[in-house]
Amino acid sequence: MGWSVLGIFTLALFAPFLHRLLGRATGWVLALFPFTLVVFFGRHLPILPGERFATSWSWVPSLGVDLSFVLDGLSLTFVLLIGGIGALVLIYSGAYLGEQSGGGRFFAYLLLFMGSMLGLVLSDNVITLFVFWELTSISSYLLIGFHHQTDSSRASALKALLVTGAGGLLLLAGLLLMMLAAVQLGLPLETAGRISAMFSVNFQQHPLYMPILVLLLLGAFTKSAQVPFHFWLPAAMAAPTPVSAYLHSATMVKAGVYILARFHPILGGTLQWKTLMIGVGVVTMLVGAIMATGQRDLKRILAYSTISVLGILTTLLGVGTVQAIEAAVVFLVAHALYKAALFMVAGNIDHETGTRDVTRLGGLRSLMPVTAITGILAAFSKAGAPPMFGFLGKEALYTAKLDIETIGLWLIIGAVVANVLLVAMSLVVAVWPFFGSFRQTPKTPHEAPISMLLGPVLLAGFGMFVGLIPGAFDRSVGSAMSTAILGFPVEMKLKLWHGLNPESILVMALSGFTLATGFVLFMKLRPWLTHTLELACRLEPWGPGVRRAWQEGRLLHELTCRLEPLGPTRAYERLLAGLAWSAQGVTRLIQSGYLRRYILITILAVVGLVSYPLLHSIQPQLSQNAWQIRPHEAVVALLTLAGAIATVRARYRLTGVAALGVTGLGIALTFVMFGAPDLAMTQVMVETLTVILFVLVFYHLPPFVPRSTRRQRFRDLVISMSAGLVMALVVLATASIHLEPVLSDFFARQSLSAAYGRNVVNVILVDFRALDTLGEITVLAVAGFGVYALLRLKARQKGEVQK
Amino acid sequence: MKSLILQTASRYLIVLLVIFSVFILLRGHNEPGGGFVGGLLIAGAFALYGLAYEPKAARRLLRLDPRTIIGVGLVTAAGSGLAYEPKAARRLLRLDPRTIIGVGLVTAAGSGLAAVWHGQPFLTGQWLPYPIPFLGKLGTVFFFDLGVYLVVLGTALLVLLTLEEE
Repeated sequence: MGWSVLGIFTLALFAPFLHRLLGRATGWVLALFPFTLVVFFGRHLPILPGERFATSWSWVPSLGVDLSFVLDGLSLTFVLLIGGIGALVLIYSGAYLGEQSGGGRFFAYLLLFMGSMLGLVLSDNVITLFVFWELTSISSYLLIGFHHQTDSSRASALKALLVTGAGGLLLLAGLLLMMLAAVQLGLPLETAGRISAMFSVNFQQHPLYMPILVLLLLGAFTKSAQVPFHFWLPAAMAAPTPVSAYLHSATMVKAGVYILARFHPILGGTLQWKTLMIGVGVVTMLVGAIMATGQRDLKRILAYSTISVLGILTTLLGVGTVQAIEAAVVFLVAHALYKAALFMVAGNIDHETGTRDVTRLGGLRSLMPVTAITGILAAFSKAGAPPMFGFLGKEALYTAKLDIETIGLWLIIGAVVANVLLVAMSLVVAVWPFFGSFRQTPKTPHEAPISMLLGPVLLAGFGMFVGLIPGAFDRSVGSAMSTAILGFPVEMKLKLWHGLNPESILVMALSGFTLATGFVLFMKLRPWLTHTLELACRLEPWGPGVRRAWQEGRLLHELTCRLEPLGPTRAYERLLAGLAWSAQGVTRLIQSGYLRRYILITILAVVGLVSYPLLHSIQPQLSQNAWQIRPHEAVVALLTLAGAIATVRARYRLTGVAALGVTGLGIALTFVMFGAPDLAMTQVMVETLTVILFVLVFYHLPPFVPRSTRRQRFRDLVISMSAGLVMALVVLATASIHLEPVLSDFFARQSLSAAYGRNVVNVILVDFRALDTLGEITVLAVAGFGVYALLRLKARQKGEVQK
Repeated sequence: MKSLILQTASRYLIVLLVIFSVFILLRGHNEPGGGFVGGLLIAGAFALYGLAYEPKAARRLLRLDPRTIIGVGLVTAAGSGLAYEPKAARRLLRLDPRTIIGVGLVTAAGSGLAAVWHGQPFLTGQWLPYPIPFLGKLGTVFFFDLGVYLVVLGTALLVLLTLEEE
């Protein structure tokens, strides 16, 4: 399992080269890999309830972090969705992007996302899970901002990244608390991070339960676009359509739902869980559905209806009864299939006509027949019309809600309202553009190429297939998935026809009512929107006419348009602006552009931060033999001191550097005398290079003139003296603290026997603490490139001025 | 700032310094020394050369024989220091300090992967069972140190040469 994730990441690395080699055929070739994945994982079908396959690689065993992967009903379903839809999206992208530049980059990002998503749903360790979670945020940032030349798409990408990234941090906090609680509840540290091990402990009585729950839910809610964090999703429609079809329907936005489902058996079922999930879920379901009605952009309609569906899923997971979980399972898969298909249909329309404004579309059925049929099939599934998969989802949904006693009625009413709106909007997306009279569009429309039809046709067709043979779904993955979410084995039985009993009649009545009302609403909505648009266009130049158009029906559109920025979007923008403002203030204060100011602030901060705890907690003491100074030590100390004084008093830069060198060499000699030859060598080399560096810099500097006033020099004297004093105290304090000699003993003993080296310092650097060193040399390299970039930038600016 | 004495001296010095830095790198495991100091030392040598002649010459030296820098053969190192005239064919082998940094980082990180292959945590030292003549026991740790050496060399040279060329 790990290899499949690694394989996709590797493929992402080579995608740009492949794209250069293969051009438009890249999508087809790359799709082979996810297709292979589907076949590879498909051999586990049908997966039995409770069946699990696990592999594990050691990563940081001492912290309880390992790369452990588990395949059960829940993850298998997600893997198949990710692989299957991923393959179709790759094929689709090849044609969608066409000759656009940056295709290789696009494929690389898409594969990066695919790998991260796969890792996310397979991870069994919470830290690994978090790493993949963040990777999906980052890769989606790159994908949403693919058209990075336009401001709006950059802003949208940033919005998605900040919202989901902030949620990710909360999630991390929640997961770490979970590990902590698990250890306190008796799990050994090595397995405390394993989700599969967490089943065995009871978190719900632990005092940390509430913080864990809230943090985890916040993480999931940001990712799954729940109100009030939903606003990034409509904005993310700036992404190319294949991205929306993949990330914003089937995979990334479902990651939050996945987390909720995964942790349901561990954290779910409590009153807090139910209250939070149902509350947020219902609000999201309604807000999404209402906002969808006012949109004209096909993709934005789909985005808002996705939000609504995500709300439904959250609600169902919150309810948590067997029926509710089964409904969530069916709904989740059905939604992934039809929503991805609808996004691709919207992409086809956009690609072939040049517009996504639904009011400017009409009569495309004869020009794009395949797209039309596909769209209608998908929309039927979305609307929950029999015999589509979506119909089963809706039936299950209503059944589940009837089942709860106290708030069941209200939930049903809410669900019916939302679903009526969703039915109407699914008709707007998939019926409107194809029927009615033909309208002129920016491009002359014709049918999309085969690679752009394959995806939606297969997905919509699959939706119908599952709807007709529901047994195939519940036997192959459905039961196992419900089992994984519930934590105890269940047998799921999906049926198109439930026979005649009071409950099924009521459910059917509700379904029928939803469909009929939705259809009526659509018929009303349609003339409403088109008519008013035409009117508005005609009347726009005359002031009063606009108001009439407004009154007559653009109302709905305008209202939602106006509502949109009022909500959390506005809070987000204010927050962002405030952050930028305060950062600017701090930067102005600290980074004034004067190097001496930087040094001043740095030294003052160090003195302040170090001296306080130093004087409060540790009493620096002189050891008894401190005054037994040997003559050569005294000479070196005096030399060092003299060098420092000469540096300060120097009238020429070169004198100053030479005097500074004396100080540095004096310190190096001190190292030699006290048995640190490694340090001494390094010190000498650093001194030498510093002198060379100074000489090079001096070459560019104007002649030295003492500019500071007496007062400034006095101030600097005080500051530097206090810095020196603090450093001296630190040295004394380290000498007087009695450290446990465990570590130094360990290194001294193990150096030769375990690491085959006698130089303990070097062995620590390159063996015992090699990871630290690796980090350090990486920082060094980055710093080097930073200096290089700064110098080059200046040189280039100079060059431009001269031109 | 052209001084005949400095130029002549640095031409011979650089050979010695390169040899010395490799020596420091190798002895680091048992005696004072190691990749960090070695890298600083050789960077200083090249910077000195650049000061004595011009940065271009130092770059040419880097370009002429990458083996000088990596310190593979001491003889080649000595030879290259004396004959630094560029040959067109060798230009392909030019080593930009940035490349050295990259190679160093990859070497250091790559040396840790050997352990992963054997199922141990990243960066656990792996050792050849038999000592190599002149080098002693050889393990991945040496390559890690080599990586440190190259990164330090590359970074110092990148900064110094860029400044010198300005």
